[in-house]
Amino acid sequence: MYSKGLAPLAAATVVTLTAALALVFFYAPLDADQGFVQKIFYIHVPMAIVALCGWVAGGIFAIRHLRSGDPSWDLRSYVAIHLSIILGLGVLITGAIWARASWGHWWVWDEPVLVSFLVTFLLYCVYYPLRFAIEDPERRARYSSVFAIAAGAFVPLNFTAVRLAEAYTHPRVLSQTGGDLPGEMRLTFLVALVGMTLLFVTLWKLELTAKHAAAQLNKLRRRRAEREAVAA
Amino acid sequence: MIGPAGTILRKDLLLEWRTKESVPAMTLFSITVYVLFHFGLDRNSLDGELAAGVLWVTLLLAAVIGVTRLFATEREQGGIDALLLAPVDRTALFVAKASALFLFLVAVELVAVPAFGLMLLGPSLGGALPELPLILLLGDLGIAAVGALVSALAAETRIRELIVPLLLLPMLVPLLICCAQATEPLLRPDQGPEDLGRWLGLLTLYDVVFVLVSVAVFDFLLED
Repeated sequence: MYSKGLAPLAAATVVTLTAALALVFFYAPLDADQGFVQKIFYIHVPMAIVALCGWVAGGIFAIRHLRSGDPSWDLRSYVAIHLSIILGLGVLITGAIWARASWGHWWVWDEPVLVSFLVTFLLYCVYYPLRFAIEDPERRARYSSVFAIAAGAFVPLNFTAVRLAEAYTHPRVLSQTGGDLPGEMRLTFLVALVGMTLLFVTLWKLELTAKHAAAQLNKLRRRRAEREAVAA
Repeated sequence: MIGPAGTILRKDLLLEWRTKESVPAMTLFSITVYVLFHFGLDRNSLDGELAAGVLWVTLLLAAVIGVTRLFATEREQGGIDALLLAPVDRTALFVAKASALFLFLVAVELVAVPAFGLMLLGPSLGGALPELPLILLLGDLGIAAVGALVSALAAETRIRELIVPLLLLPMLVPLLICCAQATEPLLRPDQGPEDLGRWLGLLTLYDVVFVLVSVAVFDFLLED
């Protein structure tokens, strides 16, 4: 059900990510100011963008779940949020490394994007305790969806508030001007972004397939146990 | 919708009036937190950013108590089933609960903010007067909308006392930023509003978004 097209998707992910890495190390020019460290940009920024999109997508799947009552949408929402949290951890770690290398501190508070990302990450971490503290599967799906929608609305508000409150030190990659990247860097960045997106979608489908298979297996086991109980 | 909401609100206020559970606890807690800040910061009087931060962090922490208790009586006494059986729009319940929380917060602030002025604030509270109540009311509105939602969300979980602060406080970070930034110039020695429009605008946006989101999703929390 979920595994359709998984193999070609995985192949495309491997090819794009390999190409992205090749471009990062052999094609993109060294940054004049920061040198080699700047290459973490090609991992950090795509990861952050994909994680934020994954959270918002989780909210959209949750809306579909509440509208249709179909639990498969809740599963999609859950897996998207789950993967985004993992990516988010990666974003915070690579961000800290980059901040240390270029600004001299592991953590910079007057740094709106980093701080708003941390707040968003902290909020989404509560998804797990909330979800697993509800026993009834139908209610769990409903409550998780409500959380996903409220948190999805929170993401843009939070970014606006933190950005207004702090000084502007972070390079604004997605500004209207395109962040003033030279051509080679932009190409490399775009390939890395596509690769990260493909990786996210592949992992998402894989996780959905695995969860679905586990649920099917459980159902079959229960049915066999029931039959054996009747026979005995 | 207004009728049933008013009835539930009256019931909650009457209950609070007779049991005196939430508001006195929240007020007492705020005063205790001032004492903690006094010793933690080792300062006898605060002004500007520090004062605004201490005031708002204290109010948010006090709000956590109110939010944790918001659905407590319904859950402990089984009243929630009766409410759900009643042929009443769920939105009425949200409006009633959010209004109750809003009024609790206002009641707490009537004591806690003057107490802050007496205990910790360096410049006089009078200089912040026309603007500060407005910021407080807008802040309370946001806390009430998010708080009622979080309270209902956490009510059905096994670990609600853990979920409420973990969920509520990060959700309130944008509100804290707006309120603290708007309050900060009012509490400086050379008092006067500054950038008030920008922060109040963003605060209003926050309030509107979360009132709408909460009204939209609240039905799904109380379906069964």
